Amino acid sequence: MSSPALVRHPEDSMPATTAIAEAGSVPAAAPPPSFGTLALRWYRLNRGGLGAMAIGILSLLAFLLVWHLLTTYRVVFFVRFTNVPSPLAVYASFTKAIHDPKFLMHIVLSCRRILIGFSLAAIVGVPLGLIMGRFKLVHEIIFPVAEVLRPIPAIAWVPMAIMLWPTNEQSIVFITFLGSFFPILVNTLHGMTLVDPVLVRAAQCLGARERSIFREVYFPASLPHIFTGLTVGMGVAWVSLIAAEMISGQYGIGYFTWEAYSLVQYADIALGMIAIGVLGLGSSLLIRGAGQLVMPWRSR
Amino acid sequence: MNEILTKSPQGHIEVRNFSLSYDSIEGPVQAVTDTQIHVRPGEFVSIVGPSGCGKSTLLNAVAGFLKPTTGIVTVDGERVNGPSAERGMVFQQYSLFPWKTVRENVEFGLKMRGMPRSQRERAARTLLGLAGLEAFEKHYPEKLSGGMKQRVGIVRALATGPKVLLLDEPFGALDAQTRVIMQQILTNMWQRLKISVLFVTHDIDEAIFLSDRVYCMTARPGSIKAEIPIPLERPRQQSMMMSSEFLALRRGLMSLIREESLKAMGGEINDMGLQGLNIELHGHSLADVI
Repeated sequence: MSSPALVRHPEDSMPATTAIAEAGSVPAAAPPPSFGTLALRWYRLNRGGLGAMAIGILSLLAFLLVWHLLTTYRVVFFVRFTNVPSPLAVYASFTKAIHDPKFLMHIVLSCRRILIGFSLAAIVGVPLGLIMGRFKLVHEIIFPVAEVLRPIPAIAWVPMAIMLWPTNEQSIVFITFLGSFFPILVNTLHGMTLVDPVLVRAAQCLGARERSIFREVYFPASLPHIFTGLTVGMGVAWVSLIAAEMISGQYGIGYFTWEAYSLVQYADIALGMIAIGVLGLGSSLLIRGAGQLVMPWRSR
Repeated sequence: MNEILTKSPQGHIEVRNFSLSYDSIEGPVQAVTDTQIHVRPGEFVSIVGPSGCGKSTLLNAVAGFLKPTTGIVTVDGERVNGPSAERGMVFQQYSLFPWKTVRENVEFGLKMRGMPRSQRERAARTLLGLAGLEAFEKHYPEKLSGGMKQRVGIVRALATGPKVLLLDEPFGALDAQTRVIMQQILTNMWQRLKISVLFVTHDIDEAIFLSDRVYCMTARPGSIKAEIPIPLERPRQQSMMMSSEFLALRRGLMSLIREESLKAMGGEINDMGLQGLNIELHGHSLADVI
């Protein structure tokens, strides 16, 4: 039987470095690890992540392949793929669109609407949620109204928005605002109700007054939920925006997608959809990144 | 720093005719009743009692979080009207701010007082050094062990130079070995700072080992059942916990508490442990017996 010390690294493929590290009485005496060793260690530490990434790429490729096969053979099996554009056709229309200033303008306009609508929702929703969470009276006044308006989908606001606002552009931004406002408000409020009262007491014992407690305890304690609200709000903002653009827009990526259908440009339908997907993904990644910047204590 | 370390002895806690009740659907519930305690400047006093006896309630009233229904709480003659940095508090759940680094946590009280950044950074570093935590100043609390977290909690409470330190079962969540080390650290800091300490615990050994005096509370509604001076000499060593003196104190306290715990559970009173031990109740002292 071998001793436990000898079987400690059964799968170790670098016996030489291990021997040096274990034999040397002073660890600093070991030579700096070579590039190969470092690369190997990095690989070992990140094996799980790399595997997941490889699987993810494979699954995306498989999706494209299935799409390609379904469209080239024009499969009809409950669903009809007869008119659905193939991935290659979509790629062709993508290369064309990327040089088309009109397509870029659609994208820029949609992004601008999201930026304005979502930012307004965050600027109003977060402070309102914080104040409602802190002051009971404000909560009691505003909460019932919010609860009645909240279940109304932003799309149902389209006719009302058109009546309320003088221009189409304003009503579309308003719809986007409404879509993201309620998730942001509700999550901020939720975060405020979950603040650990012992932390508030700890701050009071250290001489903190109301304003400092708000800034130093309630706000940072609610941040994780605020960012949940922002992430959900961003998703709903895109949903609302695309719907509003399809119904009442003249520009924007939602309008582009709908127009492609009317003009029988089937490849552009898929292109518009993919553009929406990529934009939505990108904006939620931006929020996640901002969250990690603002909450360094949560990243590990 | 010097101002904190060589403070003139003060921090006289006085709780008189204290009772605290709260309302419930069945009418007012008496949590603590007819209680008098005091902590002299620089004294280390513990409160022990069965769970639910109101010892934490009493401590929270001294901290200023709860208002007494009757009676008065004073520190150096001034009535306690709410939480203040004059009364530092250490909680069982550590209650460090997770979004602040270790050093920022320690700095918090000084920041609230308006001390400029560079000055409070220096003060926090010195204090962390005393607690052996300077290497962790940039860590977030989540990354620390329980013992380290509570060391930060104590240092944070002491950073503003409070008159008294209140501790609510601070080592209750720690394992036995860590607890012993923490008790030693707390004793050292207390002796250095000459600060008055009011310490709530359910651990009898801990209360005897740390304190100059121990109050034992009755089952709910809580009141003071006995006041027991701990005449063990200082500095105290871990080995003292085996001495006959210590064990006699332990046996006495143990039976007092068991009696109350049984009462709290509605069981029979068994005072076997009290036999042969001449403990006088409230106001009298055990010191002359031993």
